[in-house]
Amino acid sequence: MAAGFKTAEPLEYHRSFLKENCRPDGRELSEFRTTTLNIDSISTADGSALVKYGNTTVICGIKAELTNPTVEAPGKGYVVPNVDLPPLCSSRFRPGPPGELAQAASQFIADIIESSEVIQPEDLCIERGKLCWVLYCDLMCLDYDGNLLDACVVALLAALKNTKLPEVTVNKETSLPQVNVDQRHSLNIHRHPVATSFSIFDDSILMVDPTDEEESLATAQLTVVTDEEERLCCLHKPGGTAMSGEKLQECMSRATVRQREIQKLINKVIHSVNMEK
Amino acid sequence: MEACSISNLKLREFGCEQSLLSRPDGSASFIQGDTSVCAGVYGPAEVKVSKEIYDRATLEVLIQPKVGLAGVRERSQEQCVRETCEASLLLSLHPRSSLTLVLQVIHDDGSLLSCFLNAACMALMDAGLPMSCLFCGVTCAISADGQIVTDPTAAQEKESRALMTFAIDSTERNILMSSTKGSFSVHELQQCIVVSQKASEKMFQFYRDSVKRRYSKYL
Repeated sequence: MAAGFKTAEPLEYHRSFLKENCRPDGRELSEFRTTTLNIDSISTADGSALVKYGNTTVICGIKAELTNPTVEAPGKGYVVPNVDLPPLCSSRFRPGPPGELAQAASQFIADIIESSEVIQPEDLCIERGKLCWVLYCDLMCLDYDGNLLDACVVALLAALKNTKLPEVTVNKETSLPQVNVDQRHSLNIHRHPVATSFSIFDDSILMVDPTDEEESLATAQLTVVTDEEERLCCLHKPGGTAMSGEKLQECMSRATVRQREIQKLINKVIHSVNMEK
Repeated sequence: MEACSISNLKLREFGCEQSLLSRPDGSASFIQGDTSVCAGVYGPAEVKVSKEIYDRATLEVLIQPKVGLAGVRERSQEQCVRETCEASLLLSLHPRSSLTLVLQVIHDDGSLLSCFLNAACMALMDAGLPMSCLFCGVTCAISADGQIVTDPTAAQEKESRALMTFAIDSTERNILMSSTKGSFSVHELQQCIVVSQKASEKMFQFYRDSVKRRYSKYL
């Protein structure tokens, strides 16, 4: 009976739960799904992480390559993020060139890397005007059940923290780079941005960490990105129903709490991996 | 602090021309300083079966850059404009039909996203599509010394520490869309929202005046 009601009237089905201040999966409105994190999941990548938000699964691999810096920024390396939504993760994605959602997510991740200064592009420079690192951050969604952006940001941050770059010296005589694979050192992570997404239901009810179903029924989406100094790196609301300043304030307070939780989680996972070694 | 930011509320010269194209059902060009965007709306028209939505119209937004092909940045701007328009248009009045909004960049001198939104709203109005409210776009930049600059030029954008664009609705002056760059404190954000809401008053007054000028016999 309940299953029939859910299929025929999904909106009414959700409303009946929200009336009691809970959600169909038993969560409260401001409760996240269980978040699990695994780092160093891909042995061939320079850094990697796998994140699960309930069913939503995102894996991030980082590949570092040597390249020439651009003419406009000779003292800087660069980071190239890419979000991939393969047909494997949900029936709504078709094979072929990336759709709007994937492209918007890639742009969002690129904006966060730039705005939050998670790594200084100057740190990636080896020799000014000649040699620098380019970090290819490939984020792939394995299972899409809503809240892609939050999972992507956590996966990216954890993978960057896990990245170890080999030492490179430039031979003075031949001016060729020499890579010392045995000497690896971690990246310098300056800030820890964490995203918190909200869905607005029926123009008024705020739900944190929406599932795919909740996202499709919601009237608006909102993503807040904060770092450990409680500075905002991004307030992304791509349209939808209007929101007042007070409501935004509520979202930002929740986001700062979440930032601390995630940073703690990442540190704990990294610590446990180091202990094993 | 509050007073200084409000005294700073300067928008560049802005203007609009509606119905300048003959083929689209509605068109407008919007100019903010040297930034200029041309918009055209087609619809409600027949929709492709694969894009059909049974209870409302399908809105498609296309952004054409001045040179080259639309890239990832344009896709994300398209998403912002589309979802803002979807929120204000009464799409359920035209089920199983399509609306296409084309935005052509004529010149970019900063505050481009807000110019897209303003041109889009003017073109939708010109097409006579039913809307629940109007909206306008306002861009704020926070300069290195913490001053809030509204409607920045490309040079001011480049020097700024943070850049925010909001879409504001005409009924409650609430935030329909927000897109930011750079890092800022919660206090700065709230201040920028207040400044944008003030700036939106000017925009909506302009909308009102320009429509009045078009449709009334006396002015």
